Amino acid sequence: MESYIWFIPFLPLLGALINGIFGSALKEKAGLVANVAIFGSFVLAVKAFLAVARGATFNGDLFHWIVAGQFKAAFGVQIDPLSAIMMLVVTGVGFLIHLYSIGYMHGDPGVGRYFAYLNLFVFAMLLLVMGNNLLLLFLGWEGVGLCSYLLIGFWYHKPSAAKAGLKAFIVNRIGDVGFLIGMFLIFTTVGSLAYADIEANVAQLVNAGVLTAACLLLFVGATGKSAQFPLYVWLPDAMEGPTPVSALIHAATMVTAGVYMVARFNFLFSQSATAMAVVTIVGTFTALYAATMALVNNDIKRVLAYSTISQLGYMFIGVGVGAYAAGIFHLMTHAFFKALLFLGAGSVMHALADETNIQKMGGLYHKIKITAITFMVAWLAISGIPPFSGFFSKDEILAKAFAYHPAIWFLGLVGAVLTAFYMSRLVFVTFFGQSRVEPEVEAHIHESPPVMTIPLMVLAVLSAIGGFVGVPAILGGENRFEHFLEPVFVGAEEHLHFAHVPHSLEYGLMLISILAALAGIGLAYGMYIKGSPDPDRLAQRFSGLYKLLYNKYYVDEIYDALVVQPLLSFSRFLWRVVDNGLIDGLVNLTGRLGLLISQVLRRIQTGYVQNYAAVFVVGVLIILAYYLFS
Amino acid sequence: MNVNLTGADFLGILPIIILSGFGVVLMVLSVFSQRFHRMTIPYLGVVGIILALISNFFLIGKDYLAFQNMVRVDWLTVAFNFIFLVTAGLSLLLTTSYSEQEHIEFIEFTPLLLFSTVGMMLMGSAQNLMMIFLGLETMSIALYVMAGFRRNHRESLEAALKYFLLGAFATGFLLYGIALIYGVVGSTSFTAIAQYLNKNALSPDLLFLVGTGLLIVGFGFKVALVPFHMWTPDVYQGSPMPVTAYMAVGAKAAGFAAIVRFFTLSAAQIAYQWVDVLWILAVLTMTVGNVLALVQKDIKRMLAYSSIAHAGYLLVGIVADNDLTVPAVMFYLVAYLLMNLGAFAIALIVSGNQERRTRIEYFKGLAETQPMLALAMAICMVSLAGFPPTIGFMGKFYLFSAALYSGYVWLAIIGVINSLISVYYYIGVVVAMYMHKPVDERRIEQVVPGVGLVVLVAVVGIFIFGIFPGSLAGLFG
Amino acid sequence: MLVEYIPILVILAMALIVAAGILVLTHIVNPRIRNPIKLTTYESGIEPQMEARLRYPIRFYVVAMMFILFDVEVIFMYPWAVVYKQFLSQGWFIFWEMIIFLAILFAGYIYLYRRGGFQWE
Repeated sequence: MESYIWFIPFLPLLGALINGIFGSALKEKAGLVANVAIFGSFVLAVKAFLAVARGATFNGDLFHWIVAGQFKAAFGVQIDPLSAIMMLVVTGVGFLIHLYSIGYMHGDPGVGRYFAYLNLFVFAMLLLVMGNNLLLLFLGWEGVGLCSYLLIGFWYHKPSAAKAGLKAFIVNRIGDVGFLIGMFLIFTTVGSLAYADIEANVAQLVNAGVLTAACLLLFVGATGKSAQFPLYVWLPDAMEGPTPVSALIHAATMVTAGVYMVARFNFLFSQSATAMAVVTIVGTFTALYAATMALVNNDIKRVLAYSTISQLGYMFIGVGVGAYAAGIFHLMTHAFFKALLFLGAGSVMHALADETNIQKMGGLYHKIKITAITFMVAWLAISGIPPFSGFFSKDEILAKAFAYHPAIWFLGLVGAVLTAFYMSRLVFVTFFGQSRVEPEVEAHIHESPPVMTIPLMVLAVLSAIGGFVGVPAILGGENRFEHFLEPVFVGAEEHLHFAHVPHSLEYGLMLISILAALAGIGLAYGMYIKGSPDPDRLAQRFSGLYKLLYNKYYVDEIYDALVVQPLLSFSRFLWRVVDNGLIDGLVNLTGRLGLLISQVLRRIQTGYVQNYAAVFVVGVLIILAYYLFS
Repeated sequence: MNVNLTGADFLGILPIIILSGFGVVLMVLSVFSQRFHRMTIPYLGVVGIILALISNFFLIGKDYLAFQNMVRVDWLTVAFNFIFLVTAGLSLLLTTSYSEQEHIEFIEFTPLLLFSTVGMMLMGSAQNLMMIFLGLETMSIALYVMAGFRRNHRESLEAALKYFLLGAFATGFLLYGIALIYGVVGSTSFTAIAQYLNKNALSPDLLFLVGTGLLIVGFGFKVALVPFHMWTPDVYQGSPMPVTAYMAVGAKAAGFAAIVRFFTLSAAQIAYQWVDVLWILAVLTMTVGNVLALVQKDIKRMLAYSSIAHAGYLLVGIVADNDLTVPAVMFYLVAYLLMNLGAFAIALIVSGNQERRTRIEYFKGLAETQPMLALAMAICMVSLAGFPPTIGFMGKFYLFSAALYSGYVWLAIIGVINSLISVYYYIGVVVAMYMHKPVDERRIEQVVPGVGLVVLVAVVGIFIFGIFPGSLAGLFG
Repeated sequence: MLVEYIPILVILAMALIVAAGILVLTHIVNPRIRNPIKLTTYESGIEPQMEARLRYPIRFYVVAMMFILFDVEVIFMYPWAVVYKQFLSQGWFIFWEMIIFLAILFAGYIYLYRRGGFQWE
């Protein structure tokens, strides 16, 4: 394995370099270069996966990256079942999205730049999942963040895009502080950042009493990158980027980095019940909270963004309750169906001259059939209808959640109903019913070219059957997925305690979740196809709730109020303390505070030498006083 | 008394001798046939620097005292010489575009820069407080003149005057500190001071401590520690860009050379007495520098505050005071050299004729008009902000891990939070370049070969040492 | 050890007291007469004719500075001359040292001469 493993991350890097330097000369050929690069690394990732499946693992260093005192950090990779699966997802889904991008970005003047960023992203993401130490993970972590930022702001002539890019960047840095401090903490206690060393020395962290703190700090980083409450605010805005980017970075891969990180550090998290509980609770809350915001949103991409946040919440429930394999399983199936949803949304937008408002769609089923059918496959998958992939992974998480605590299961179930409902709403309003498309747009509706529809079809197949790798035992399966990952999580098992759930109850839970999904779909069918209960009347009757949801719990208004009407805002602020306005406000407040201090301090910088000398003398006096009086 | 000097004595200061010689000869040459030499003298200066660099190689592996214990020749000397000479060489290359644009007589510039570099090298190889003082003055006096080189610009003259007045002020404190230490120890030699401290580590004379406090003030002025930093933004903004670059990198490195030579290596015995002071200064310097940089609209001023902040990061390494201190500080100085000279070189290109376009808004849309230049600037900014896989990240990593090894967890955390703050203004430049329309679409800046070379060296160095830091850190460790 | 400095402190204090005392005392006891004549520059002297501060050529400064420069540099020769004989026994180093010093000084002189430093327009 050693001979080719290094090519997996470096092929995309090479592609990025070629496109970065010659991008403007290559023009449309840039897409070809990028695709060849990532396809190459996909082939090698498959090869590595097969080797891992035969039982091989690899953990080796390319070179010693940093040597500082006793501390050594190697530029090394670790290929085990977990990273093998992540590599497959990143390169596989990544390749399909690269392919799709050729069609989607056709004719864009910045196509060379686009593919350079995209390839660079894949490189960073591969480092993140392949690295054998926390430092390399951090390198990838920062790298994907940078690429995400560049790609969100890709169409910088839209001011909203540039703003969204900056927002994503700043919010993520707040998470990164936590992550870095957690890294420091581990480093000072263990003296190494290599996974193997940390795992071998968990006892030191426990003895020093910093295990929980370290886990929570790392998790702060995960909430930023994986858009969990309270640091989720950047993801909906990130939809300003090109749609394939939303599919790759803000749905399938980068945002799952936090889940991967928790799973990778299962040996750490499992030993701290508190940390696990926090992860679970944050995940549960986010899963529900984000789902409610998706209920009434009319922007096709934003609905999917909230859905992503919600589904990430499910993954965190999985890894939080100790069902690491289930979390990763959901990560994989979610990558399939969410990438498909986003690409489908992109295809719809492509057909409708970049329209994103679903109220201006409708009746598209007959006009863009391939897009519609593939989209519906993903819809069934995310709603949890058997035998589509989402059913198996979500059910696995819910079953383990039940064993952890029934309340988590129940909340997850409510979230599943909501998910089925809003996804059905999206499908019904977009593809069925009367056409509300504007006439001049309607005339030009067309199906996307094959280079875009082929990835849709491949992903549809994966979304449909991808779940069969993890059929649970009670359905007569072997749950191969879990067995495959077992070696990675085996060390954590002794610290996990699940209540025993009898088989009969398990069947019951499964049935309930299927019924819940059907109920969600049925309600949406009634409301948006049959028109009863009438959604508009409902919206009127529950206008307060509707408005709250429609305005995303007033996050943006809070911001405005804090800036525009500071006095008025105070009362509103108290009123909305319960919602996340507080948090977003705080984020902005920190930034403004920095600027405020800056404004005050620069007053001292008068430009007069005598004032400078005065400050100088004050400094001297303080230093002298220190020596004279201490 | 024996004044017999051997070849080894002279070998130890061979780079200094060569550079002084070139300085004197070029100064005389410059006044003969001016028209010819205006263009050639900077390049002759570069030749001198290259010769000095070559002679520097002869010092590798040596470790001895020369000139009656005045000069120390060891690997630090070699490393500092290298940093100063490279800085001087690259800064000289920057002037090749400058003298053309500005239509001012730059003939004395090269000799002055060489003399200033000689001063820095004296500081780097000093084994005596008097040598430090001599070097510091040689360096500073030349810098005062260089700061005011744009004689037809008020800001430049203002910069020179402010720098001179406050510099003289600071020198007074430095000398007083030296005098106090001399009064206690009876010598200004580091060897004697170390011997004194070996005997009196636990109860050093109060006047000695006050003396070290005043040395902190004197060196702190040169490296722009808060609260001795007030001159920095005005002087950096007013000085000609190549001088600003040279001053920001060279003078700072020289100041840290003095700090390392005196505090880390000679006064280590009483570290418990000065570490707390430097701890506070480090926090203040990082914070004030970064916070004030947030609101700057001018690239030179922004880089000035950024340089203050970076002095704070470097001080974190000094505070750590362990085996990692010297390698970490040296590594960071190299990092700082590459990122800053790169950034200043590009700022110089963008600022255009007469440095009229130094506001950050002139970077808008650079990615469209000159993508390679924008990319290079973005790399420098990302490195200054401390992102992997650049040298800036590695440098901070070494500094903060040095602090962590000594248990200064809070200092490291404050440092990390500070570098988080700094991201905002560094990325502001990237945002301007990549996410805005150009102010003047047709404007394409000319890149003079010399300046282009500086940018190239910076970018290549940022990546090579960012990805393979061991190749550089190995030399210092 | 600090005790030895107490006399200096006493003198400093006395000087301060005397100076401040005189200032305060005159302020208290002096008669205050305000009329135009009293407020002129020289009460019973000649009326001032023009500004006290005159502009005169900056050349004076330059010449003065160059004088000081060479003056200070040449002073280095005195201590050198004093120890010259004693050190000559150890070799010619001390001789060549001064030659080099003078050569550098001479280079400065040439520079100034060619740059027009000695010209009075």
